[in-house]
Amino acid sequence: MASIALNDRYDPEAAAARRRYFWSRFLVYAVLTFFAVIYLVPLLVVIFNSLREQPEIAQNGLISLPRSFRLDAWADAWGSYCISGTCEGMRRNFFNSLWMTVPATIISTVLGAINGYILSKWRFKGSEVLFNLMLLGVFMPGQISLMPWAFLLGKLGLTNSTYGLVLIHVIQGISFTTLFCRNFYVSIPDDLIKAARIDGAGFWRIFRKIILPLSPPILIVTVIWQFTGIWNEYLFGVVFTSGQEQPITAALVALTAGGTTARAYDVMSAAVLIGALPPLLIYLFGGKYFVRGLTQGAIK
Amino acid sequence: MSTPDLTVPVAASAAPPWRERLTTMAPVLLLAPSLVASFIYVFVFTLWTLYLSLSNSSLLPTYGFVGVDNYVSLWANRRWNIAYTNLFLFSAFYILGSMAVGLLLAILIDQRVRGEAIWRTIFLYPLAVSFIVTGTVWSWLYNPVDGIQAFVRGLGWSDFSFALTANRNTAIYAVIITGIWQSSGFAMALFLAGLRSVDPDLVKAAQIDGASTFRTYRKVILPTIAPIFLAVAVIQIQFAIKTFDLVAALTRGGPGVSTTFPAIYVYDLMFQRGQIGEGAAAAMMMLAALAVVLVPYSLWIVWRRQAEGRDG
Repeated sequence: MASIALNDRYDPEAAAARRRYFWSRFLVYAVLTFFAVIYLVPLLVVIFNSLREQPEIAQNGLISLPRSFRLDAWADAWGSYCISGTCEGMRRNFFNSLWMTVPATIISTVLGAINGYILSKWRFKGSEVLFNLMLLGVFMPGQISLMPWAFLLGKLGLTNSTYGLVLIHVIQGISFTTLFCRNFYVSIPDDLIKAARIDGAGFWRIFRKIILPLSPPILIVTVIWQFTGIWNEYLFGVVFTSGQEQPITAALVALTAGGTTARAYDVMSAAVLIGALPPLLIYLFGGKYFVRGLTQGAIK
Repeated sequence: MSTPDLTVPVAASAAPPWRERLTTMAPVLLLAPSLVASFIYVFVFTLWTLYLSLSNSSLLPTYGFVGVDNYVSLWANRRWNIAYTNLFLFSAFYILGSMAVGLLLAILIDQRVRGEAIWRTIFLYPLAVSFIVTGTVWSWLYNPVDGIQAFVRGLGWSDFSFALTANRNTAIYAVIITGIWQSSGFAMALFLAGLRSVDPDLVKAAQIDGASTFRTYRKVILPTIAPIFLAVAVIQIQFAIKTFDLVAALTRGGPGVSTTFPAIYVYDLMFQRGQIGEGAAAAMMMLAALAVVLVPYSLWIVWRRQAEGRDG
C-alpha cells in the first residue's frame, strides 16, 4: 500500500480507493458471470440440440453452437416419436400431466384456503393441535404411502389413471396449502372479522367479502407452488401409471432410457423442453411470487 | 284458524338455535374432510407400512407377522448399506455445497449489483424444473462420448478426462454436483432474504468502526442470520432423504449399484423384486432418518418461539 501511495502524487489515497473499488466490483461481476455461465449452459445446450440435426450432433458432440436449424425434432417429440412401442410422441403424456396438475392444483388450493381461514379465524378447542398434526403431512416421504395408496387406488378402481394421481396430489397437497394460507390469514387483524360478525355477517360472507379480496398474494404463491410441484412429480407417476397414462416426467425417463447406441439427442432435447416448459413459464411470469413462496415457510 | 298463528312463532323461536348450531358447527364440518384425509394419510398409512414391514409380504401384501426379520435382512444386505452410506455422503456434500454456493451468490448479489432481478432469475430457474429434466440433461453432459469431456477434448486438450458417471467410485459425485446445481439457487434466495432483513444500522455501526466488508459479514451479518443456515440445512436434508427422481434420471442407481439411494432401493424392492415386506422396512428407515432430523428441529423451533414469547 505504501509504495502505491508514494507513486501517486495528486491524491494517492483516493486513487488507491478508486482502484480497489474497481477491482472489487470487477471481482463481484466476474464471479457472478462464472456461475451464470454454469447455470445457463445446460439450458442452452438443450435448446440448441433441439434445433440441430442429429448427424451434426453426432459429429460435433452435444456442446456446440448450432450449424443447422430445423424444428422437426420438436414435431417428432410432440407427435410421432416412439416410446416403448407406441409412436405418438409426448403429446398424450403432456396432456396427462396437464389434466393431473390443473385439477389437483385448484382443488388443493381451494381446500387450503378454506382450511386456513377456519384454522386462523374460526378457531375452536383443539384446532391448533389439529393444525400441527396436519402439518406432519408436509414431511411424509412418499415411499411410506406407496403400498397403502396402491391398495386404495385398486379398491377405488383408479389404478393407472390420472384421477388416481389427482387424488394423491390433492391429499398430499392439503398440508402445504393449509400451511401457506393459515400463516397468511393469521396476519389479517381479528378486529376486522369481529366487526363483520357484529354487523351480522356469517362464515361465508366474511370469507367472500373480507378474506378473499385480501388473498391474491397467497393464492398466487400456493398455485405456483402446487402447480410446479405436481407437474414435476415423478415417484407416484411411475409407480401408479404405465405407458399411455404416464405423466410427462415418467414418459421422459422411459424415452431417454433407450440403450446407449445412437441416441436421438435432437428429439430427446425437444422432449425435455416440452416437459420443462410449463413450470418454467410459470416461474418466469410469477418468479417474484415463486421466491416469496419458497422463503415464506423457512424465514418464519 | 289459530294454528298458523301458533306455528309461526314456534318455528321462529325454534329456528335460531338450530341455525346457530349449524353456523357454529360449519367450520368444524368443513374442516373435517381435510382432517380425516390428512389423518389417514399421515397416521393410518404410516402404521400400515409399519405393519407391512413386520409382515411376510412378498409379491403381494400379506399379513403374517414375522417380527423384525425384514429389518434384519435389510441391514444384512450390501446394497442397502451402500444406499445408506450414499445418503450420508450425498447429504453432507450436497448441503454444504449448496449452502456455500448459495451464500456466496447471495452475498455477491447483496453488493448492490446491477440487474439484480436478472442474476436472481438465472440462479433460481433450475428450481422450477423437475429433477427428471435436470438429471436427464446432466446425464448427457457427463456422458464421456458426447458431453463435457468430448467438448474439452475437441478444444485441443486431448487427454482431458471427465467421466464421473462412468466410474463406480465417482458416480456419486456426479449426483452431488447436479444436486448442488439444482438447489443452490434456493439457498441463495433464503440467504438473500435473510441478508435483507438484517438491521442496516448494525451494518453501518460496524462500518463506522472501520470493519472491512469481509469482517462485517463474518462478525456481524452472518451471526444474525444463523437460524437461516439451520433452516436451509433442514430443508435440504429432506430433499436428500427423499431423493429419487434425480438419481432415477441421472444414473439409475449405477454403474452397478454404486449410486443406489434408500428411495431407489424401496422402489426396487416393492415393485421390481416383489419383496414388499423388506421394501416397507426400508421405507420405515427413511422415515426414521427424517425423524432424526425433523423432531429435534421442530422442538427447537417450538422452544425458540416460546422463549421469544416469554421475552415479549
